[in-house]
This record gives sequence, structure tokens and C-alpha cells, in this order.
Amino acid sequence: MTDIPAGSLPVDKSQSVPSTKVRGYWGSVWNRLRYDYVTLFCMALIAAIVLAAIFAPWLSPMDPEKSSMANRLRPIGHAKFGLGTDEQGRDMISRLLWGGRVSLLMGIVPVFFATLIGGAFGIIAGYYGGKVNMVIMRTMDVFFAFPSVLLAVAIAGSLGGGIGNQMITLTVVLIPPLCRVAETATAQVRSLDFVDAARASGASTYSIITSHVLINVLSPVLVYSSTLVSISIILASGLSFLGLGVSPPTADWGLMLSTLRQSIYVQPLVAALPGVCILITSIAFNLVSDGLRQAMDVKA
Amino acid sequence: MWMYALRRLVLTIPILLGVTIICFALVQIAPGDPITSLVRPDTPPEQIAALRAYYGLDQPVVVQYLMWLWRVLGGNFGNSIANNAPVAAEVMRAFANTIVIALISVLFAFVVSLVLGTIAAIRQGGIVDRLVTALAVFGISVPTFWLAVVLVIIFAVNLNWLPATGMGASGSDSFNYFVWDDFKFAIMPIVALALPPLAIMTRTTRASLSEILNQDFIQTLRAKGLGGFQIITHAIRNIMPAAIAMLGLQLGYLIGGSVLVETVFTWPGTGALLNKAILTRDIPLLQGTILVLAGAFVLINLVVDLAQSLVDPRIKRS
Repeated sequence: MTDIPAGSLPVDKSQSVPSTKVRGYWGSVWNRLRYDYVTLFCMALIAAIVLAAIFAPWLSPMDPEKSSMANRLRPIGHAKFGLGTDEQGRDMISRLLWGGRVSLLMGIVPVFFATLIGGAFGIIAGYYGGKVNMVIMRTMDVFFAFPSVLLAVAIAGSLGGGIGNQMITLTVVLIPPLCRVAETATAQVRSLDFVDAARASGASTYSIITSHVLINVLSPVLVYSSTLVSISIILASGLSFLGLGVSPPTADWGLMLSTLRQSIYVQPLVAALPGVCILITSIAFNLVSDGLRQAMDVKA
Repeated sequence: MWMYALRRLVLTIPILLGVTIICFALVQIAPGDPITSLVRPDTPPEQIAALRAYYGLDQPVVVQYLMWLWRVLGGNFGNSIANNAPVAAEVMRAFANTIVIALISVLFAFVVSLVLGTIAAIRQGGIVDRLVTALAVFGISVPTFWLAVVLVIIFAVNLNWLPATGMGASGSDSFNYFVWDDFKFAIMPIVALALPPLAIMTRTTRASLSEILNQDFIQTLRAKGLGGFQIITHAIRNIMPAAIAMLGLQLGYLIGGSVLVETVFTWPGTGALLNKAILTRDIPLLQGTILVLAGAFVLINLVVDLAQSLVDPRIKRS
């Protein structure tokens, strides 16, 4: 910008400055999201899936675990079973609704705990640097030596099946990438002047981290966590597919896909249904996290 | 260059050690006592204690780890619980089947992604570009095992073009990828494996190529009067190091991630082996397979980094 000597510009004093409302950070994020129809649609879709899962006991027309040998493998569009029945004659609509509960839980709970734990380690490593950083980050590097599916299969395979073990496994798998993102973000914030200023004015380490670092690290970490939800859902369904998830009578999309695999010659469309549910849910979460990334202006 | 290679090589050692620690820990976190599951329930306690001492299980964990590591370095991965056969031989035989289809998949994905990504970057907003964007979302969202099931439904059940599972009549030992009757068994596993890396690599190709095309030296080339094709070759040469890095990373993911796809196609690779180990709770087999796969992943990353520094001399990473 070139310097303009004061008074050289004619200013119309009668005209007042147009009033501008300054939006806060979240206000501007929302303003950007408001016109992103794809993201809004996917958010609505996720809301619908979540509601369907929560209200599954009331929405599902039948008992998802009640089998009936007489009604095995009915086609889609059957008068009584709208989306057909599985290999044990259980109503697919009910099972898909109930199965959504497990899948959503597996998408959200491990990501939540991994964000807490991985984020905390990452902030500590990034803030303190030096030896602390080396110990934490080199430990994480070892976990990065495993492709995520392999690590999940390894841990779940050793721990054995069950919903609790599955959650532990996914949390462990998701911690290292989250830790790395939090560490990078913290290290960047840490070197900024305002952190030095806070320290110079006598703020304790704890209060610097909670009131200065955390708020700046939050958006990249949250955006990254949101991308992990769909990864977590897919990993969980994969583990269930291998028999490392919920135990059989319980409905779960991954497990349903696995047991219906034997019936692809009889009812291929019914057998593909649980996978369609996984795919739609995971696409919705992916598109929302893409939208959030753009709205929150976080670099990938 | 040699210094970089040497340093990169040395840095791999602690990672590999870490990998062995995690693999060793897998046995520790497995519920149940390895000895009590080996012997009959009415075995006297003295005999159990003797067995425990024989296997070194009465030693502290660190000593157990070192003993185990020493055996692993000598190529002894223990014996499988199911058939008491050496794990190492079984894993190696399966690994050969996995690495070949993973390599074919990733090369297939690499070539297709270069073509698609380049077209998308040149004609931004065009039909290929939109298709690539949609494919990218689909590719990272789709559960590969479901994709595999859908492929079987379409090409084996409905169209009856390709065999649904297995490796065909010749089996694992005399399987020949250059004979159609054998190769047709590999087609669907390869396609199912290739789609996610294809989607990711297309997206990165498009992104990095469109960034390069906006740089000043492209303007200079245009000013010099170069045609569109020549400019593209210049740009592609610039994204090669990144593309190669992606290729290696995806190959590693495929080797580890093929467990689900191999299960669907009952392809006799490491994935099928892992599945068997999980079903029969054969922890030594699980441990040995994971160890080989993770070790391969680390080595692939090493090779990729070295190849990258050969292709792009600007790389001097700390």
C-alpha cells in the first residue's frame, strides 16, 4: 500500500460509515456453512440416521432378533417385510435400524475418547517440546508403522470379540493420528508472540494451555476428528465382518454383511443392504467433515 | 544422498524394534493363559510349572521379550496352535500371494489415477473432474469388503463372467498370473483392492497438478510457445515424487488392509491367514502374520523414501 498524505482524499462527512456487524469466529463459520447445501443436506441426513438409531425400538416394525424359519430370505418389497428378511427370517428393516445403533456408537465413541486422549498427548508434546515431545511422538511413530486396518485386526484379534474390546481397539488405533495433528497445531501456536506475552505477564503453564493454546488447537483437531468418524465406522464394520464385533444375535451392519454373504446367490439385493447403509452413513460424515474444514478454514 | 540413505536406514531400526514390541505385546494382552489352554484341565500343577519354565514363561516380561526377539531374528516365529506347523513358512507362502495382487492393484490404480487426475486438473469443472470428485468421496467412504461382495454379486452371480472365490484349479503353488484361466480368479480381488487407493491417488494427482499448473514456470513455458502436451509432461514430472510417495504408502495400506477383501474372495494370502488365526484364536499365527506385514510396511516406506530422494534431489529431510 502506498502512503496517502492525510487530507488529500475528499471525505464526505455527511455520509456515515455503513454499519458493519462483526461476526465472531463461530458466527462466520455458520455463515459460510449456511450456503453450503451439500453439507447441510448431509448434516440433515446424519441427524435422520441418528434419530432412526435412537428411536429404533419404536420405529422397527418387528423384533430384530426374532427368527422365523418359514420366512427366510424374503425379497425386497415383500408385503410383510418391506426390505425382505435375512438368512434366519429376521426382518431387515428392524435389523438395519437396530444395527445403526451399534455402527453410530462405533463411529462416535472411539473418536471422542481418541480425541480426548490423543489431543491431550499431542498438546503436551507440542507445548513442552524437547524430551517430552520425543518420547510421546516416537511412541506414536511406532503405531504409524502399522496400516490402520492391520493394527485394528491385530489388537482386536488378540483381545477377542465383543463391543467393549472393539471400542478399545478403535480408540487405540485413532489416538496416534489425532496426537500428531494436535502436536503440529500446538507447536505452531506455541511459537506465536501472544503465548510469550502471556508467559511474560505471569500466566501459569496450565492457564496458557487452557485459555490460549486450546482454543487455537481446537478447530484443526475437531475437523480432523470429524474425518475420523467415517473411518471409525468402516473399521468397526470391518472388525464385525471378521467376527470381532458384537456377538451374533445382535444386529450390526458389518456382522449382517458377513452372515448374509452366504445368501448372495438367493437374495443378492438383500445381502447388499447393510453395506449400502454403511456407505451412505460414511459418505455423509465425510462430506460434512469436508464442509466443516472449508467453513472453519482449516488446511488439510 | 548416501548420507541421507544411511541416516534413513538407521532411523528405521528403532521403528522396527517398536513394531516387535507391539507384536510381542499382542500375546500379553490376549486373555487366557497360554499354558492352561495347551494342557488338559486335570494336569498336575508341578507339570504346568515345568512347562511354564520350559517355555520361559516364568521369566520377567523383558527377558521373555528378548528371548522371543532372538528367536524371531533367527526366523523362528513359533508354531501355530492349530496344526503345530512353523508359522514363518506359512506366513511367507501366504505373503507371496498377497504382495502380488497388492502390487498389481496399486500399479493399476497408479496409472489410472495419473490419467484421470491429469484430465481433471486440465479441465477443472468439466465432466471428468466432477466424476473424479465423486469417485474420491466414494472411494474413501466405501467399505472394501462390501465392494467385494457387490463385485461378486454383479460379475459372478448375475453375469457369471468371473469366478467368485478361490484361486482356481492350479491352487496357490502353481498359480500363473499370465494364464487367463488362473488370472481371472485374481481380477475381482485386484479391482476391489484398487478402488480406494485409486480414489485417493486421483484426488492428490488432481490437487498437486493444478497447483503446479498455476506456478510461474508454466507461464514461462507457455510464453516460450510450448504446446499443451509438452507443458503437461513438464508438470507431471514435477508431481512424480509426490505420486511415488503416495504409491508406496498405498501399497503398504493394501498389504495390511487386504484382510477383508481376501476374506470375501477366500484368496489364500495373509488376510485369509489372519482370518483363520482370529477364528481359531491362534495367537502365534496372528502375531507372526502381523509382524511380517508391519515389517513389510516399514520396509516399503523406507524404499519409497529412498526412491523419492533419487527422483527428486531437492529432498533433504531432517
